[in-house]
Amino acid sequence: MYNFKYHKVNTIQEAVSLLSSCEDPKILAGGHTLIPTLKQRLSQPSDIIDISTIKDLSSISIQNNKLMIGALCTHNDVSSSPDVISTIDGLSELAKKIGDPQVRHRGTIGGSVANADPAADYPAALVALKAVIHTSKSTYQAEKFFIDMFQTAIETDEIIRGIEFEIPITSSYKKFKNPASGYAMAGVFIAKFDNDIRVAVTGASSVVFRLREVEEALTNKFNISSIENISIDSSNFNDDIHASSKYRGNLVKVLVEEAISDLI
Amino acid sequence: MTKINTSINGKIYSDEVEDNTLLVDFLREKLGLTGTHVGCDTSQCGACVVHLDGNSVKSCTTLASQVEGKELLTIEGLAKDDDLHPIQKSFQNNHALQCGFCTPGLVMSSLDLLNKNKNPSEYEIREWFEGHICRCTGYKNIIKAVQEAIAL
Ligand SMILES: Cc1cc2nc3c(=O)[nH]c(=O)nc-3n(C[C@H](O)[C@H](O)[C@H](O)COP(=O)(O)OP(=O)(O)OC[C@H]3O[C@@H](n4cnc5c(N)ncnc54)[C@H](O)[C@@H]3O)c2cc1C
Ligand code: FES
Ligand code: FES
Repeated sequence: MYNFKYHKVNTIQEAVSLLSSCEDPKILAGGHTLIPTLKQRLSQPSDIIDISTIKDLSSISIQNNKLMIGALCTHNDVSSSPDVISTIDGLSELAKKIGDPQVRHRGTIGGSVANADPAADYPAALVALKAVIHTSKSTYQAEKFFIDMFQTAIETDEIIRGIEFEIPITSSYKKFKNPASGYAMAGVFIAKFDNDIRVAVTGASSVVFRLREVEEALTNKFNISSIENISIDSSNFNDDIHASSKYRGNLVKVLVEEAISDLI
Repeated sequence: MTKINTSINGKIYSDEVEDNTLLVDFLREKLGLTGTHVGCDTSQCGACVVHLDGNSVKSCTTLASQVEGKELLTIEGLAKDDDLHPIQKSFQNNHALQCGFCTPGLVMSSLDLLNKNKNPSEYEIREWFEGHICRCTGYKNIIKAVQEAIAL
């Protein structure tokens, strides 16, 4: 690997000041996206700022009827947390479906959200669960946070501190894995709240999106037959060697149906 | 250069590493602990799995600087003198390896699984090995070895 300068920090303030003083810095959390990217030289930062030792970013708690997850919580922390399982078990199920056990021991929710891979799993949960992303500068609604492929609303000197989730009555995540990479060819998260239903899709397009027509139909009547006549517009879906856009369109519908049957 | 202090297989090491050193290169090249292998170098194959503070991780996707103050266990830490660890024995008993390249990672991973789940089903064992690739055995005997190790 080519050379960079490594910094370990203990506080967000330290990280923020290094981010503004270094030439071309990059934050390191679990490293399970960044280190492979460095090896391939897709990213060549001058300085790596390791935030994994910042203490107060790795807790999970329930506050004012919201679930708070610190940015440094690993996928394994999320999937095994009693607080997550008892409030949003769809989220715990989602975390369990990321990568493999060793990836889940290192990769963090903050890193995944910051990276905004179009095939990553968490974005579907954040959008369906009306999440708010807290950073060192500001707060963002999940829907406004994910802008496009690998593109989010945060700036390069901004650090994600944690994610705040609304707690639904029930929720489910269904994922169709790419057989080679394990990433989502499509993933559907359905969250059922008191007065509405949210349905968010990852993997199918360049960025996570909601299926509003499906949401409305399910809010009227929550069963599979109420979405029978809805056709998924797949004209903008990803079309690649793994699957055509039409195939992904059908996949999304099937996953929506599977998630519904999970919840009734 | 970054200074690191770490415990590896119960021994304390203090060393200086280049900032861009991967954990697996530190183990193999600086410390001569060559039991940990590099198969893919792209986080896919699991040949490089070691335990970091009690969890199995891929050492090809961790910087050496990141293990400062932490505890590591590598394949060299399992056998006691000439006495193989029960999981190593069950791999031997079940012919769970051919070329052996993937074996250190699979043994470390099996140990992590059995530390966390005393009685995994065949499905749970197979699911746990999602991040491992063995080009030789076809996995069947590896699963048998883990099942035998449950009883040991
Ligand atoms: C073999 C393998 C399989 C995988 N499978 C899946 C899968 O099925 N589904 C899935 O969703 N993901 C998958 N991943 C990706 C994995 O979930 C990563 O862990 C995750 O995307 C990034 O988290 P990290 O903590 O490792 O981040 P890092 O690699 O440390 O950082 C990623 C990016 O985010 C930035 N960043 C990190 N933390 C913050 C923060 N707090 N604030 C601001 N910026 C930050 C970094 O600067 C960097 O640009 C897989 C990875 C591997 C290696
Ligand atoms: S060498 Fe680390 S996963 Fe293959
Ligand atoms: S025994 Fe040869 S790769 Fe597994």
